[in-house]
Amino acid sequence: MEALELHAEREHPPAVFMHGITKRFGSLVANDAIDLTIERGEILSLLGENGSGKTTLMNMLSGIYAQDGGEIYIHGKKARIRSPKDAFTYGIGMIHQHFKLVPVLSAAENIVLGLREGGLLNLKTVRARVREICDRYGFVVEPDKKVYDMSVSEKQTLEIVKVLYRGADILILDEPTAVLTPQETDKLFEVMRNLKADGKSVVIITHKLHEVLAISDRVVVLRRGLFVGEVPTGETTAQALTDMMVGQAVSLQIARTEPENMTERLAVSNLSVRDSDGVLRLDDVSFTAYGGEILGIAGISGSGQKELLEAVAGLQRALPGGSIIYTAPGKEPTELVGLSPRDIRKLGVALAFVPEDRLGMGLVASMDLPDNMMLKSYNNGFIFTLRKPPRHLAARVVQEFQVKTPSLKTPIRRLSGGNIQKVLVGREIAGEPALLMTAYAVRGLDIHTSYAIYNILSEQKQKGAAVIYVGEDLDVLLELCDRILVLCAGKVSGIRDARNIKKEEVGLLMTHLGEEKTDEA
Amino acid sequence: MKHRESEHAAGPVLRIEKRTQEMRGYMSWGIRAGALIAALLVCAVIIWAIVRINPLRVYAAMFQGSFGTKNKMWVSIRDICMLVCIGVGLAPAFKMRFWNIGAEGQILVGGLAAAACMIYFKNLPTGVLLLMMLPLSAIAGGVWGFVPGVFKAKWNTNETLFTLMMNYIAIQLTAYFVALWENPFGSNTVGVINGITRAGWFPEILGQKYLLNVIIVAVLVVGMYFYLRNSKQGYEIAVVGESENTARYAGIRVPHVVTRTVTISGAICGIAGFLAVAGASHTISTSTAGGKGFTAIIVAWMAKFNTFVMVLIGALLVFLDKGSIEIATQFGLSDHVSKMLTGIILFFVLGSEFFIEYKLHFRAANKEVAK
Repeated sequence: MEALELHAEREHPPAVFMHGITKRFGSLVANDAIDLTIERGEILSLLGENGSGKTTLMNMLSGIYAQDGGEIYIHGKKARIRSPKDAFTYGIGMIHQHFKLVPVLSAAENIVLGLREGGLLNLKTVRARVREICDRYGFVVEPDKKVYDMSVSEKQTLEIVKVLYRGADILILDEPTAVLTPQETDKLFEVMRNLKADGKSVVIITHKLHEVLAISDRVVVLRRGLFVGEVPTGETTAQALTDMMVGQAVSLQIARTEPENMTERLAVSNLSVRDSDGVLRLDDVSFTAYGGEILGIAGISGSGQKELLEAVAGLQRALPGGSIIYTAPGKEPTELVGLSPRDIRKLGVALAFVPEDRLGMGLVASMDLPDNMMLKSYNNGFIFTLRKPPRHLAARVVQEFQVKTPSLKTPIRRLSGGNIQKVLVGREIAGEPALLMTAYAVRGLDIHTSYAIYNILSEQKQKGAAVIYVGEDLDVLLELCDRILVLCAGKVSGIRDARNIKKEEVGLLMTHLGEEKTDEA
Repeated sequence: MKHRESEHAAGPVLRIEKRTQEMRGYMSWGIRAGALIAALLVCAVIIWAIVRINPLRVYAAMFQGSFGTKNKMWVSIRDICMLVCIGVGLAPAFKMRFWNIGAEGQILVGGLAAAACMIYFKNLPTGVLLLMMLPLSAIAGGVWGFVPGVFKAKWNTNETLFTLMMNYIAIQLTAYFVALWENPFGSNTVGVINGITRAGWFPEILGQKYLLNVIIVAVLVVGMYFYLRNSKQGYEIAVVGESENTARYAGIRVPHVVTRTVTISGAICGIAGFLAVAGASHTISTSTAGGKGFTAIIVAWMAKFNTFVMVLIGALLVFLDKGSIEIATQFGLSDHVSKMLTGIILFFVLGSEFFIEYKLHFRAANKEVAK
């Protein structure tokens, strides 16, 4: 492959040409001799499942890692990128999944932070330049707003402006839409198109197919550290891309059955919750969840989803007047308000809860699989824990969910995000729950695993469990759930039949309180 | 496509990488032993360079000083027991990420309780007296742990400051009782308690003065090992230490566990005070704990809360301590030289943990170089 000579014939060499890039972490080959070109004025999607090496590859371009083998050419010249600072001198800027901003500083201060410009810091000129960048690409950034006052979307915008301010013309965005609402995503895409029109190169790392199709000019697919192929976006389909990504045909269908034998399982009424700072997080929430159906909960992140699930699980205190009535199949209703998780377990409530924070709440990162299986059942033994049942359960979960782990004795923090989630979901479902609550169950998971999880949830529904699914991907919510409850700023802005509602309408309910009309029978 | 690993493939000269897989047990112990040998070699060079004494003689003297005679060996064993006992006490608190640096105070109040029994109930038979002293020392130490534990659990106070401050209360309390129990009058010490009747002294077992110390500590070492590893409470400690949210999620009563664990921690340190008074010095003073409460932090940490490993670490520390005193006297060396040697050995042994946790890659070789 004599790519170098090939480019020499061209008038403009590509903005970036990565040649034979290899990166190893111990025995794991994260990138195996990957070739990648990024043209000027294009939006390139870097597509791949979790752990396929997308972020690793881009981290080498932005100076976070150093490659073990291969070369990088920027505008046709060989580049030596050893640090993020080097990357900036080549005009490369990366917007990471986890923002790197200082909360107590203002937008303008964050932008100049770490820049070594001689002389005194002149925030006035900074503001002027920030405004100029914003006008040019259609951003909205208030230079004097503190980062802690910003929404996720504002922070992301600030990150992009920060990178542009430093003169980047090659921008890398790592999973930028993971935290945005549909409307915010549209806005971001608008900005990306403006950047492209200005001749900048934009790389978007993602595993969401409809975004790839919507925004990019070209798609490069990685799988397990290998370059699988590249196609112009116009010449491919979601199915074809999925097959490339996964390496085998995957069905993108969620089997949604009609709810059967619906019985009232959880009746929440007038539930309000304040957080530890006294901020009202849930405001007079009422709804009913039935066994045999999946109730989806949509909303901008931080609209009270977390508090709602945690209140049901006994982890948040409900304000007086609220009530959570749980009715076990064939049993008398019981009030859960005022009970601790321990009390709830003692009552025999078959409650499964997959929290948003997997390693911070659902699992213990430094423990191995059996010890994590034990988390909810450790109390069964007398003085000493019973070690055999969790070991068997761990082995079963590993087998049924195809968890990739070196051994059962591996601390789970060493597993990948998807495998960690499988361990968590596996444990929760093993208890044959009557009520199953999941918060962002597929966040960060690859397509294959995501669909596996959707199907597991559907199965649980068919078994008669009441499933509450808090999700962020509206397409999935509409396909998977039977009813959708939309939260907006801690209030229920509407409960709708998922089969007869448009995505846009849900998006609207997410940002505006609806007229509280419900279609409940 | 072949891996292109060309010589111009750039990388920094030295790259440090966290090991992805835990090292096998024998490998890591090999590294530790290697570090010890390397330390002894470096020390040998330094000894020869500075004082021109045959290093082997110095090492022999160190061994002489700590384990050379039967008597010295038993004194060393007694001191090891003391350190390990405190280390065992600290382990549950540390595992819960509760930084109990109040062992000094907990030892002192435990010792006070023991001494009080010896003074006020000197007419009881020793067996009964000891059976009374043990739980009372544990309770005294336990109270010293319970107080910061409750405050942490209820109001999330900073345990580091709290336990540290409790030390000073214990020291002042001890000073008060030393004045109260002064014997002989005007000496400002308590003197040897029950020197003639030996009431409340550890009895000789099989002709050994300190065998009871060993037995008590051995029970604690084994008990704590299984408590942390296999018991329900040990599991709760591990979960709370890792994440309180996870603990709450799992239905663990976090405040309850925190208070209970710190109380246990204090109680065992209280037992160490009992060992110090009834099993070693037979007196009490403000220096009864003598900094061992802090040294034991090293023991607990280096052993990563494995109580059996604590015995090894404790032995190493006591060996270095006694050995350096011995060479200082035997060769007329200044105290500093022997402290230097201790420092070098500790540096190597502690530093070796780095090679167990991390791998080094050098660009030229592009292979794993370091052990």
